[in-house]
Amino acid sequence: MHAFANPARFLRLARPASSWLLLIGLAFAIAGMGAGLMLTPPDYLQGETVRILYIHVPSAWLGMGGWLGIAAASISQLVWRHPLAALAARAVAPAGATFTAICLITGSIWGRPTWGTWWEWDGRLTSMLILFFLYLGYIALSSAERERGGEGRISAIYGLVGAINLPIIHYSVLWWRTLHQGQSISISGGSSIDNSMLWPLPLSLVGFACLFGAAVLMRMRAELAEAKVEARLRRMEAE
Amino acid sequence: MNPWPFVAAAYAAAILLTAALLAWAFVSMRRAEASADAMKRTDRAPSADAEGQER
Repeated sequence: MHAFANPARFLRLARPASSWLLLIGLAFAIAGMGAGLMLTPPDYLQGETVRILYIHVPSAWLGMGGWLGIAAASISQLVWRHPLAALAARAVAPAGATFTAICLITGSIWGRPTWGTWWEWDGRLTSMLILFFLYLGYIALSSAERERGGEGRISAIYGLVGAINLPIIHYSVLWWRTLHQGQSISISGGSSIDNSMLWPLPLSLVGFACLFGAAVLMRMRAELAEAKVEARLRRMEAE
Repeated sequence: MNPWPFVAAAYAAAILLTAALLAWAFVSMRRAEASADAMKRTDRAPSADAEGQER
């Protein structure tokens, strides 16, 4: 990670990577969503609404993964003082907030025909909503800190404290067994979903993850260019 | 209850929000890089003029 501490070196990689991630992401996301809509059978219990799975699950994982990225960048900033860590965390926040919002909206739309309600103050739903508000708080705090010329240490501490919500989201379906279904896909323990319905999920997950990465890289490039302009303006004022 | 309007609404929301995020990230990147390039060009121009005057 320290190899990319030099912004010029980072930009040499980020310029082509953002375009490639965008193209690959679009191809995989369209393939995953298309297959999920047209090539999989309906669920015996949920019927056609199960197709929301192919956008709801990737957005939930990316919403949580985004905050994990903010927490990792915060550690990198506080411990190793990585020069791009604060910038990376600021770039992740809008993408993470967007995918958390997608998760909440698609989950609510899924809930109406499945549970008979748009919203319930269930453990999983509430902890996901808290994650969305944490993102909004992070965006506001990091913007304010940046405007005041701070190093982003307060935002980094906030990013680490906010990570406490991640295990709460993960275990919420076990701790408070209310409305949201239990874990149906696990990295270690396989899946309770039949393969005939599961196979488009990795496609849409890779697709949305690449689009998430493209958005983060584009925001990092924008922040680096803005920092260059601001530094030049400060030098001009000093002269 | 017909499930398709719910499926369509969920997909529309996901596509629109993702497209909005990517469009905003792309436009802000292009704008910031264009102003950084313009500043670089204006930095070079006076020094080139100065070199011309010295000659």
